[in-house]
Amino acid sequence: MSTHYTSLAIDDPTKLVFGHAPNPFTLRRGMVLGGGLVYPEINFTLPPMLIEAGTMNKVCTEYRQMITGVLKRAAELESPGVLVEFETLPPMTEHPDWGMQIVNILLDAMEEAHAKDGLASALRMTPNDNREMVRPPQMRSGIYWEGMLELFDRSAAAGAELLSIESVGGKELHDDALTMGDMQGSIFGLSVLGARDMKFLWTHIVEIAKRHGVHAAGDTACGFGNTAMVLAEQKMIPRVFAAVVRAVTAVRSLVAYECGAVGPGKDCGYENPILKAITGFPMSMEGKCASCAHFSPMGNLAAACCDTWSNESIQNVKLLGGMAPTMSMEQLIYDCRLMNVALGEGPKEVLKLRDWFVASDDSLDPQAYILRPDCCVQLAQAIISKDTPYTAARHVGLTAIDILRQAHADKSLKLSDRELPWLDTMTDTIQEMPDDENVLAQQVIATTEPGRFLPAEYGLTS
Amino acid sequence: MANLNALTEFIKSGNRSKATKLTQEALDAGEVPQGILDAMVVGMDVVGERFKCNEIFVPEMLIAARAMKEAMAILEPALVKTGYKPIATAVIGTVQGDLHDIGKNLVSMMWKGASFNVVDLGVNVPAEKFVAAIKEHNATLVGLSALLTTTMPAMQTVMDAIRAEDFVGVKVLIGGAPITQNYADQIGADAFAADAASAVDAARKLLAN
Ligand code: B12
Repeated sequence: MSTHYTSLAIDDPTKLVFGHAPNPFTLRRGMVLGGGLVYPEINFTLPPMLIEAGTMNKVCTEYRQMITGVLKRAAELESPGVLVEFETLPPMTEHPDWGMQIVNILLDAMEEAHAKDGLASALRMTPNDNREMVRPPQMRSGIYWEGMLELFDRSAAAGAELLSIESVGGKELHDDALTMGDMQGSIFGLSVLGARDMKFLWTHIVEIAKRHGVHAAGDTACGFGNTAMVLAEQKMIPRVFAAVVRAVTAVRSLVAYECGAVGPGKDCGYENPILKAITGFPMSMEGKCASCAHFSPMGNLAAACCDTWSNESIQNVKLLGGMAPTMSMEQLIYDCRLMNVALGEGPKEVLKLRDWFVASDDSLDPQAYILRPDCCVQLAQAIISKDTPYTAARHVGLTAIDILRQAHADKSLKLSDRELPWLDTMTDTIQEMPDDENVLAQQVIATTEPGRFLPAEYGLTS
Repeated sequence: MANLNALTEFIKSGNRSKATKLTQEALDAGEVPQGILDAMVVGMDVVGERFKCNEIFVPEMLIAARAMKEAMAILEPALVKTGYKPIATAVIGTVQGDLHDIGKNLVSMMWKGASFNVVDLGVNVPAEKFVAAIKEHNATLVGLSALLTTTMPAMQTVMDAIRAEDFVGVKVLIGGAPITQNYADQIGADAFAADAASAVDAARKLLAN
């Protein structure tokens, strides 16, 4: 069973704001996501160390220290609630017992903080996608697939209320497309391979969530859009290329909601505002507080439409102020306080703060510009006007290029000279692609060295 | 006389068909293979330099690398006949448990452009595989990449395995976002390089010692 969106939940850009989603929902401790408050979402990870049977005690000690520290600070600062994300590292998904040891540590600490300080919290569980540990990746069976499903299932049973993943389907061809500046390869990876894998994967995740009465939250095209963003940030690929890739990632991430996910979409999905416009579900976002994990050109703008505000990930190292995750928690809470004051004042103030977030970043980078709320609605419209992910991807790609071209022409966006020719190159590439995705798939299968990807794992026959 | 300056230019602009055609012409005209190779390497060095100065993007650099690769395929048999040995054979890979490879691939490409013979072992590579490859290919340069704080210790494992063998003159260069010179010192690696362009300079320096 899957929905195909044909209309927008938010078609008025002034309604695409932080803190409010047309389809909010309530977590067990009473936190309402998308219901008028923005909550901090904290994520943390290990300092340099090995994860194996012999070090698991130490690993657990690190996580206990991190969760206790962040919850204590959240209680001291009287945060109205906290979302905790546990994004596993590969061995923790490969050995679900190890992953579960940590899940239980987190849940126990969250329970205790509630009992002691009345702090509301919920756990988002994000098993990492290990399916590409074998090359070519095996997407639909095997030990990595099994381990991942087991960890979803057991963590949901234990009390994780939101299920997420950064899935990798299609990435095995997309990485090269990025470094080659190949828009056709990017669209193929995202909307043909990626969308097919998403449908398969999210049908399973939604089923697990239903079984345990928890929420299938959402995915992110991190390995696609954020890889592009990091490469652009390092001046390896053009920013306009990364911006167009970002627009196309929304097509892939949308599939989770079509399969029954309800948000909040995962923090590092910078494409989430487009998905909020389409689905009306709450979304998590990250920006300036995530520079502990990677840089971005939209530290403020990313907050414009968020319902939870995240730090992506931070290592447990000591800083002058205290441990890094605790520092990160504090930063997120202050950002949320500001947004929540605006929400308390009313729609006009919300819009004013939102527009300041936007105006502080949008003219400086095409990747930021493309995610202005008005552009997001335009891109969302382009996506739902088409019937299949592939046709939607090509259309949204062209729409994004038009938006950038227009913005450059009217001087609301500054593009450097060496970026400009890429707009035409991308347009030509997208226009020349075959109309039928099966024709493209056969072309790709015929020209890709065997062993790079397995067509059958994506339901394609060669 | 074939125009080797033009070959340099065709590599720089990534013109595959002209670069391969000119390589063949140069060989037919009796140019010394080493001279033809040098003309290509000069071209790639310029491309690397332009990239370092933010004048071009990776896709443009890769186009040049492809032109060089195809021209090399024509040149190689003649080079080998002259007893030519590449400056070095390098083994490179992302360490066990880690799947990040974009950075590693760029380093690998730059090394090829500097006319090293590069054996790329891919991702998630266990220590034994590095050691076996060094032996098999008589490598003198090893590149290790890690992007996760939790796979950095796997670099130590590879270093231990390499040092346990009595390889002569094998230099190890490491890199990846969380890696620092300090960490290289700590695990006994020969050097650290922060990006793909400086990985060429660092490798040349190591090999010269
Ligand atoms: C892209 C990316 C991915 C992509 C990788 C795609 C690919 N094919 O490589 C995907 C989505 C698959 C991915 C997966 C994961 N990732 Co990741 N990823 C990144 C990201 C955003 C960018 C890395 C990148 O490609 N940079 C661009 C390249 C060009 O730069 P580079 O790799 O640094 O390489 C340059 C230099 O370092 C150097 N260099 C690199 N290697 C070498 C080698 C030698 C010999 C030399 C001399 C130099 C050198 O030269 C390169 C070129 O200039 C980083 C963020 C960051 N800050 O790095 C996170 C990051 C590394 N990932 C992270 C995580 C957690 C993961 C996952 C565990 C996520 C999950 N839970 O699913 C998985 C792990 C998979 C695995 N087993 O390895 C974390 C690591 C946290 C930690 N504890 O260490 C980071 C820091 C992001 C974060 N969340 O904070 N990731």
